[in-house]
Amino acid sequence: MAKQNSLRAEPSPETPPAAPQKQAVDNLDRVIHERIRLGVVSALAVNPSLTFTELKHLLDVTDGNLSVHSRKLEEAGYIECNKSFEGRVPKTAYRLTKPGRQALERYLAHMEALINVTRAGSAPK
Amino acid sequence: MAALPERNPEPIPIHEHAINNLRYIRETMERAAPFTAVPGWGGVAMGGIALIAGFLARKAPTGRPWMEIWLVAAALALLAGAVTMWHKSRSAGTPLWSAAGRRFAMSFAPAIVSGTLLTVAFAELDHWHIMPGMWLLLYGSAITAGGTFSVPVVPAMGACFIALGGVALFQPGWGDLLMIAGFGALHIIFGFVIARRYGG
Repeated sequence: MAKQNSLRAEPSPETPPAAPQKQAVDNLDRVIHERIRLGVVSALAVNPSLTFTELKHLLDVTDGNLSVHSRKLEEAGYIECNKSFEGRVPKTAYRLTKPGRQALERYLAHMEALINVTRAGSAPK
Repeated sequence: MAALPERNPEPIPIHEHAINNLRYIRETMERAAPFTAVPGWGGVAMGGIALIAGFLARKAPTGRPWMEIWLVAAALALLAGAVTMWHKSRSAGTPLWSAAGRRFAMSFAPAIVSGTLLTVAFAELDHWHIMPGMWLLLYGSAITAGGTFSVPVVPAMGACFIALGGVALFQPGWGDLLMIAGFGALHIIFGFVIARRYGG
């Protein structure tokens, strides 16, 4: 039974995937779909705020990578950045905004929907 | 740029990506979560309680009344810590009894349980002078173990407690002063640092 379903649902480059699946992919939030950005948003979702250094160690990424991706999230309004000095050392702290939290919730719902659609095979529209 | 629709989505095994993404989100959250478990302002409150207890304990005669002052203070501090921990995790929107919370509790508890049993045993033997050192050492061990899953400042605080405990073991006359320095000052100093840097 599973085989039958997977055969029917299998997408090819020419034919578009099953309608619910295609819709789900089209609506995907590209801002947080990227791995590092998804990590930043996930980490901030369970912390009131995290510094640049903490995020860097937590996600195991380079300075350059993290700053590029955190700027993208900032531009989208998903995170807020607070720059300050601790003594003479500059400190950058990030915080998840309300739209950012909503975006993560939407993204989680999306992933669940994608899994459900695939599990159901040719799901009703 | 973000608003541009994707023209031609690549044929990827979508549901596998989705499962993979969900797992990644969960793992990241679990790794990041312990930061919320340690209450900074709770530490400051615990320090305040210890300062008062230290003031009273120094006036009390050595023996059971002296021990009871510190034990009442410990119970109050435990309550303050638990309440602020609960409050902090709630305001961050994360459940306290998460994987991270469980890990913290499981590594924090053994040294505290051992300390409680040893306190009962030493009280039976009238070994009051050994208690400050033992309490500082075991509390330091509990904090260091629990802090493994937290920000580096937490195990650092644990190490300071252990250092004071070491001194207290061999300088029994300084017991109360070292207890004030540890449970009072260290809690307040590190509590402030945690509260300022890690949101509460």
